[in-house]
Formats: sequence, C-alpha cells, structure tokens
Amino acid sequence: MSNSEIREPAVSPEGQKEVNIDPDIQQIKSLSRFQLMKRAFFKNKLAIAAGFVLIILYITMVFFPNLFSTHPPFQQDRNNMYAPPQRIRFFDVDGNFNLRPFVYPYDMELDFETFQYEYTPNYDEKKFIYFFNRGFSYKLGGFWDTDIHFMGLESEEDMFFIFGSDRMGRDIFSRIVHAGRVSLTVGLVGVALTIILGSFFGTLSGYMGGIIDQIIQRIIEILLSFPTIPLWAALAAALPQDWSSIRIFFGISIIIALRNWAGLGRQVRGKVMSFRESEYTIAARIGGASHLYIILHHMIPNAFSHIIVIGTLSIPAMIIAETALSFLGLGIQPPMVSWGTLLEASQRVNVVINYPWIMIPGLFVVIAVLAFNFLGDGFRDAADPFSS
Amino acid sequence: MTAFLVRRSFYMIFTLIVVSILGFIIINLPPGTYLDVYIAELQSMGTATAMEQRQAIVQRFGLDQPLYYQYWNWISGFIRGDFGISFMYERPVSDLIWSRLGYTVILSTSTLIFTWLVALPIGIYSAVNKYSIGDNIFTFFGFLGLSIPNFLLALVFMVISARVLGHTVGGLFSMEYRDAVWSIGKFIDLLKHLWIPVIVVGTAGTATLIRIMRGNLLDILNQQYIQTARAKGLKENIVIYKHAVRNAIHPLIMQLGMTFPQIISGGMIVAIVLSLPTVGPMYFEALAQQDMYLAGTFLMMVSFLLIFGNLVADFLLALVDPRIRYE
Amino acid sequence: MNKNKDTSDKNLLEVKNLKTYFHQEEGVVKAVDNISFNIKQAETLGVVGESGCGKSVTSLSIMQLVPQPRGKIESGKILYYQKDSSVPVDITSLSPRGEKIRKIRGNEIAMIFQEPMTSLNPVYTVGEQIMESVRLHQQSRQKEAREKAVEMLRLVGIGSPEQRVDEYPHELSGGMRQRVMIAIALSCNPSLLIADEPTTALDVTIEAQILNLMEDLQKKFNMSIIFITHDLEVIGEMSDRIIVMYTGKIVEKATIEDIFYNNKHPYTAGLLSSIPQIGVEKRLVTIKGSVPDLKHLPAGCNFSPRCPKVMNICHTQEPPDIQISENQFTSCWLYEKRKDDVV
Ligand SMILES: Nc1ncnc2c1ncn2[C@@H]1O[C@H](COP(=O)(O)OP(=O)(O)O)[C@@H](O)[C@H]1O
Ligand SMILES: [Mg+2]
Repeated sequence: MSNSEIREPAVSPEGQKEVNIDPDIQQIKSLSRFQLMKRAFFKNKLAIAAGFVLIILYITMVFFPNLFSTHPPFQQDRNNMYAPPQRIRFFDVDGNFNLRPFVYPYDMELDFETFQYEYTPNYDEKKFIYFFNRGFSYKLGGFWDTDIHFMGLESEEDMFFIFGSDRMGRDIFSRIVHAGRVSLTVGLVGVALTIILGSFFGTLSGYMGGIIDQIIQRIIEILLSFPTIPLWAALAAALPQDWSSIRIFFGISIIIALRNWAGLGRQVRGKVMSFRESEYTIAARIGGASHLYIILHHMIPNAFSHIIVIGTLSIPAMIIAETALSFLGLGIQPPMVSWGTLLEASQRVNVVINYPWIMIPGLFVVIAVLAFNFLGDGFRDAADPFSS
Repeated sequence: MTAFLVRRSFYMIFTLIVVSILGFIIINLPPGTYLDVYIAELQSMGTATAMEQRQAIVQRFGLDQPLYYQYWNWISGFIRGDFGISFMYERPVSDLIWSRLGYTVILSTSTLIFTWLVALPIGIYSAVNKYSIGDNIFTFFGFLGLSIPNFLLALVFMVISARVLGHTVGGLFSMEYRDAVWSIGKFIDLLKHLWIPVIVVGTAGTATLIRIMRGNLLDILNQQYIQTARAKGLKENIVIYKHAVRNAIHPLIMQLGMTFPQIISGGMIVAIVLSLPTVGPMYFEALAQQDMYLAGTFLMMVSFLLIFGNLVADFLLALVDPRIRYE
Repeated sequence: MNKNKDTSDKNLLEVKNLKTYFHQEEGVVKAVDNISFNIKQAETLGVVGESGCGKSVTSLSIMQLVPQPRGKIESGKILYYQKDSSVPVDITSLSPRGEKIRKIRGNEIAMIFQEPMTSLNPVYTVGEQIMESVRLHQQSRQKEAREKAVEMLRLVGIGSPEQRVDEYPHELSGGMRQRVMIAIALSCNPSLLIADEPTTALDVTIEAQILNLMEDLQKKFNMSIIFITHDLEVIGEMSDRIIVMYTGKIVEKATIEDIFYNNKHPYTAGLLSSIPQIGVEKRLVTIKGSVPDLKHLPAGCNFSPRCPKVMNICHTQEPPDIQISENQFTSCWLYEKRKDDVV
C-alpha cells in the first residue's frame, strides 16, 4: 500500500493549475481526437465518394467552366432548337468501331401538324469529338487568354448537344457547367453567413443566458415561424430591379442566410449551454479568464466540429432554396445563370412533356445536394463516433 | 397544464404581432406599388375620374400617411376580416383568398398525415433493425427524397404521367367537378387527385422524419429505462412500442413546428407545376405584380397557419410528456 | 415465503466459467472472462471492482440481457435453481427473447440499476410502472395491481403512497426513485435481487437509508442479493461474502472478514486503502494508474502494471488460481511463489 502513489483529489483548487501545466497533454488529446475523426471519416466510403464528386463539380464548374464547356453558354443555333441529347458513339450505323468518339448531326424538320421540331440523325456525316482542341476563346481562370477546351468538334461553328438544346438552340450542357458556378457558390456564401450569424448568436445566447438569451430565443422563434419560400420570395421581390446580377446574387444569399441561421443558432446554444457547466469552464472562470477568452478559446473550438457538420448539412438547403427562387423567376437574374434559372423554362408543363431534357439541370441539383448530404453525414458520424 | 397553455398562447399572440409588423414592412419594401401602375393605367384611359379614384384609394388605405399608420389601418381591418383590395384583380382580397387557403389547409394536413403514416413505421423498423439491408435501403431512399427539390419531383411526375398515361395529373379536380358544388362525387374526385401533390410535397418531410425517428429511437433504446423494462420480463415488442416509441415520438412532435412550414413552403412551388388552386400560384403572381395587400395577406395567413400549428404541436407535446405538462 | 435460514446452504445460482465478450470492429472486449462463483439462498454476495471491470456485464449475463448484437455469452453456464423445482435451468441456454427467460426476469430474478434518475420511464406514472410488473407476472387485475403498487410503495418507505402512486418520476427525488425501483423489483417476490451500484448516484445520507431499506427487505422477503459496487466501504455493511473483480476476472473471493483483515490480492488491498477514513486528513490513497483498455491488456497478469508487489513473472505469465482456505481464493503469483520457493 505504501507504494501507492499519493494524489490530490480530483476537485481541488489546484485542479485548474493542472489544466494549465499540461498544454502538451491537451494538445496530444485534441490531436488524437482529430485523428480519430479523420480515421472515422475515411472509413465512410459513401462520404468519400461524395467528396470526390463535389471536387469534380467544383473544378469543372466553379473554377474552369470555360475549359469544360463545349460552347459559349449564350451561343444559339437556330437550326437546333429543342434538339434532343445527341448520342456520343463509338460504333457507326454499319457497326464499324471508331476509337475517336463522334456524333451524327441532326436534320431538323418542323412537323406542321403538331408544330414541333423533329430531329433525325444524319447518318451520312460523322462529326468527331476532339479532346483538348481549340474552340471559342476565353480567359482561363480569369487571366489567361486561351481557346483550349476539354472537348469539342473540329469546327467551332458546329454545335453538338450532349444534353440537348433549349428553346433558343443553346447547348444545355455548356449552360449547366456555367450555371454550376452560381449554384455551387451561392450555397457557400449563404452557409458562411449562416455559420457566422448562427454561431455568434447561438454562443451569445447559450453563454450569457438570462435576458439576452430570452431575446435571442424570441427572435429565433419569430424567424422560424415565417415559412421559408414565401418569405424569401417576398424579400427577393423587394430587391431593387436595377441591381447588377452580382449584387442580386449576394442579395439572394444574404436573404436565404437571414432566416436559416436560426436553426443553427438553436443547436449551438444547446451545445454551449452544456459546455458552460463543464468543469473546464468553471475552473477557467475561477482562474480569472474573461468571458470572451472562454468563448473564443473553449466554446467555439469545442462547438467547431458541430458547426462544420451543420454547415455542410445546410448547404443543400441553400442550393435548393436558390434553385426554387430562380425557378420562380425571383432569384438569380440574367445574364447570370444558375441551375434554377435554367429550370425556369420547365415551368411550362407542356414544354417539359415534349422536351424533357430541359430538366437535366435538375439532375445536377440532385447530385450536388445528395453529395453534400452524404458528406455532411460522414462528417457528423466522424465528429460524433458514439452516435452510431 | 393550463398555465403552460396560457403562456404558450401569450407567446403566440406576441409572435403574431411581430410577424405581422415584419410582414407588412417586407411587403412594402419594393419601391413603388401596384397603385402607381394602376393609376397610370386609369390615367392613360383618360378617365376624368382618375384623380378622384386615386384620391379615394389613397384616402381609404391612408397611403399618404406614415407607414405605422398604414400598418394600423391594415391590421385593424384584418381583425374585422377586411384585408384590403387586390389591385390586380380589382376585388377585395377577402373574395380571393378563402378557397385557396382552404385547399392549402387540406393539402398540408393530408401531407402531414401522410408523412407521419409513412415515416413512423419505417423509422421504427430502421432503428430496431439497425444496419440491416432494409435499413440501408430506406436510408438511401431517404437521402434521395431529401435531395430532390419537390417541384422537380412534380415535373417528373407530370412528364411520366403524360408519357405513360397519356394525360397529365395536375390540378385538384377533373374538369367536370372544377366549378361544381360540393358532393360525394366531387370529394372522391378530390381524393383521386390529392395523392400526387401529397406524395410530391411529402417526400422530403417523410425522409427527414424517418431519420429523426430512427435517430431518436436508437437513442431511447439505449436508455436505462428500456433496460428496466426488459428486466421486468416484458416482451421485446412491448418494450419497443410501449416504452421506447412513446418517448421517441416527442422530438417528432416538436419537429411538427418545422415540418409544417416545410410542407406549406414546398406546396407553394409545387402548386405552380401541378396547377393546384392553392395559395402558391396566386401569391407569387401577387409578388411579381407588387399587389401588396394580396401578397401581404397571404404571407400573413400562411404565417398564422404555422404559428397556430406550433401551438397545436405544443399542446400535443404537453399531452404526451408529463414533464412539460407540469413545468 | 416460508424459506428459513437453514436452507441457506443450498445454492440458488451457480456461475461456471462464464465468458461474455463484445465483438467490436477494433477487437474483442472480454468484458467477463472465465469467472465462476455461486450464491446461496438468502445470502448477500458483494461484487467489487473499479468501473469497467465487468461487474455490470456479469449481472446482465445472469439476466440474459447482454446488449445485442455485439455482446454475446461465449461459453460457460449459469445454473439457476427455480422456486419450485430442484433441477436447475441453465440460463445461458435460454433464448434472450424467449418466454422462459421472460418468466424468470422480474419475477424470480429482479434487478435495480445505478442511475435512478434514468431507470424509470418518464412518461408513465410510478404506479403504472409497478403495476406493469405485477400484472405481467401475477395475472392480477387492475384494481389488485394498484393496491399492490400502493402497498409496495409503503413498504419501501415512501410517504403518502396513495398519492405518490399517481405521480411521474420527474416529481420524485433520486432517492425516492431508487425506492420505486426497489418496489418494482420486489413486487413479484423474487428469489434473487441484483443491485448494480444502487447507491452510487446518491448522496451519503440517502445512500445509508437505501442500504438499510435493502437489509430490512432482504430479511422480510428472505431473498438472495448480488450487491455490486465499486466502493468496498458500502459493501462491508451488507455482504456475507465478496468477490473482487478486475478486468473481467475474479482476483479474490472471500468472506467479508477476510477481505477486510486478511486479504491476499494486492488489488483488494489497493481498493481498501482508497476508502477515506473519518478523522484522517482527506487524502485518498488510490491505486496508481487506471484500468487498462480491455482491448489492449498487458501480458501476464492484467494487474501487473499497477501492482505495488509486482514480480518478473507477473509480466509474462498469467497468475494461477490459488485456494488459500476453504472460503478464500485468489489469483496471484505471490502465493504460488511462497509454496514453491525451493523449486
Ligand atoms: N454495450 C457494450 N458494448 C461494448 N463494450 C461494452 C458494452 N458494455 C460494456 N462494455 C465493456 O465491457 C467492460 C465492462 O463493463 P461493465 O461491466 O459495464 O463495467 P463495470 O460495471 O464493472 O463498471 C468495459 O470495458 C466496457 O467498455
Ligand atoms: Mg457498471
């Protein structure tokens, strides 16, 4: 027994000193916690696949849309209005194999009974697809004059439509790539704002308690009692008509974030309230740390993983909100395009029924949203290994 | 219990007042009003009475008065059932909104019931059979449902029905019943049409509820009192349904406050695609035309619905949870 | 209940070479690793050990309530001598959800848990929760069951039971809730009560009350108790015999006197020395280090890294089981060495 180490009881005034002398141990602990999270995350195959999809989407659409689009987004082809998606082929009609993929151009005819365009592939002419060939010129990454494209036909004048064309004969694929830039960033801007507002007010509310908490809680309650779409629509309709499209873009993300922070705020408040009671916080208070210090050095880092998870999981809501507003014509304004504005054409049901490929931009909304959901779910499981 | 309800009702009235003020401000935000357009139209027709009419309208709504006066004017009318006038339709707002609100309520409550009926059993199954094949399938479809904007789902429904059935599935009534008086036939016709918007609007909410129910039930199944129940020798089914599910339902009821706005919001856009006679299409049109009293009334009514829905949720919560009842 | 003390030599429960493991992705947790003990009728058996040593898993194994699907009774026998039969049932052979074990649970073997605050279902009244058990096992009607519930509440020392019976758990204090748990457990006259750290979450005065109550009720009901705790001090007042557990194994088994005054295993000694003594300056002497992760156990004796009397052999070979006397057993190299000194 005499060999047993003599120790101070856990709860002693010196307990706080212990916290302070062992910064290395703290470090190691938090590091291994982070590594634990990392390991948990990388085990989740679905989340990794989702992350991979998102990286591809961001590279092709946000960073280098011109490189990856086959035509300028506004180039029209009067002979190819509402052209259906063209098949990319390796075998020609006679069954001969070509290593270089190609398309058959369309012959267009107007059916005078139904007043619809009829397209039939012209099997006599092969248009080969070249990779990294020259097309329309643009500035790569915004600086670099070039006309190299990931893929395209031999002649810049010839258009081909992987996802078909719209009512003005514009290439839907190229428009999707360009629209992705707006749709994929509107969410990020909105989420950044949501996180700032939500964690600020949530922390304030949870940490301060009392009357401040009451007021913030009432504000959150009121925000949550407005239905989203009608509120956003009303606010979006109030944006001045003479604003530039970039200002509208930011206006829209602010509008969406203005309501959406409420949910995050509530959750952060809950987290912070439980931290407030933790031994560490009490010890730090006894040690004379200021509220601000505790909030910045303890609360926020501790709630951080939580905030990241909620942040990731609320990007989908942002993307869907932007899509919905633009679909209604109240969101992003021309000349900017987003997946939602591309879908606006689908409002007329009889058009969609005849030319369903104009809904393809919606597919990208689903892919992006699904990917963010899987990614966020992966983050959540990783941040909270005991939840599953 | 009564104290609890009184307090919640008091909050509700407070929230209503704030929401109505905010709503009025938001609707008045756009520069210019439909009135300008309306008067310009009257003047261009050269009617001698244009100025007089303008004066009458300005007087009636106090448009030359400060905003707070206009608000007071409007909200006190509201209590009397006078919501102002729609410039676009040139009719009192109260003539236009009731049937649309009615169908909105019908659609929303049907959707709510649908989401619960589908989500509860699936959520329970998924939690009890965690990581089974069934659970994984439901989880995947849940994610998918969560990721499809519902108006897109509506479009897909329309295209498929047009291509497969040969006719579209929009609206809430067939032609012959659209303007008919209510009858059993009309009601059945309504049911025949209702299921599509219900599924379309309800998908996302169902997916959310399944995940919440599954997560909660898993939490609850780890609680000590579940072990207590098992230690009593109860059958596993009784442990799950009597002891676990009953507790896991709370957060779902709390979620009502979130599900209901989702359903109403979602329903508004879907209504455009499916051409439903609900609030949505008219509201967006009013917004686009800056028909402020019409839009404002809709915004207000929809918010009222939500706040009222929250009150009902609180009430239900108090019913199932003794801790809240005695708080 | 007409058992009397002279039947108390008969075994009520015999646990033989029980192994209960948890299969996790990172490895197998041998929560209970080859333990054997028995309990006689009307006896109190104390089980001590730091937390994480497998005490709760042992008790859950006896109830066939090991958390599925990860946990599993790997091998061993739990022989239980039922009220009205002389042939024992092997509980490990019963299906965890089957009817046979459900007739035993709550009826013949009852259990109370460490956390009174969360042991009761918050949405049902106290009465409903007692009646549930009564109606399940005694097929009594609503009215009788309610009377029984009131009677049980009175028995466990809850004032004005006629009113309390309709209250919800959140209206009761922790001590009261633990009394209710005891009422539920005893409502069907069990032969064996497993109390898993019933007083750990309570403060000292309440703890004493609950312990007294349990002692009284044990006499009244003439039942056996397995009393689990990590606090030797508590167990001293209650138990006839004690088993000391460490990392899923039994390291010492003895009568209460031997544990306190003639203990053999250094771990038992360590546990004893961490009891704070009144009057002595409030410094706890604790065993150095902490319970190792059951997935990464040291070679040799599991206690070797913490043992003040550790020897070389302890680091390499598992300690032998040593019968010190008829009633005392330990698992430690110290005593083996003494015997074979010359070799
Ligand atoms: N459901 C479970 N899943 C995995 N491991 C468990 C589970 N329950 C207990 N264990 C492990 O079994 C060991 C013994 O736990 P327990 O019997 O609860 O300890 P005690 O009751 O002595 O404090 C611990 O290491 C614990 O981690
Ligand atoms: Mg335990």
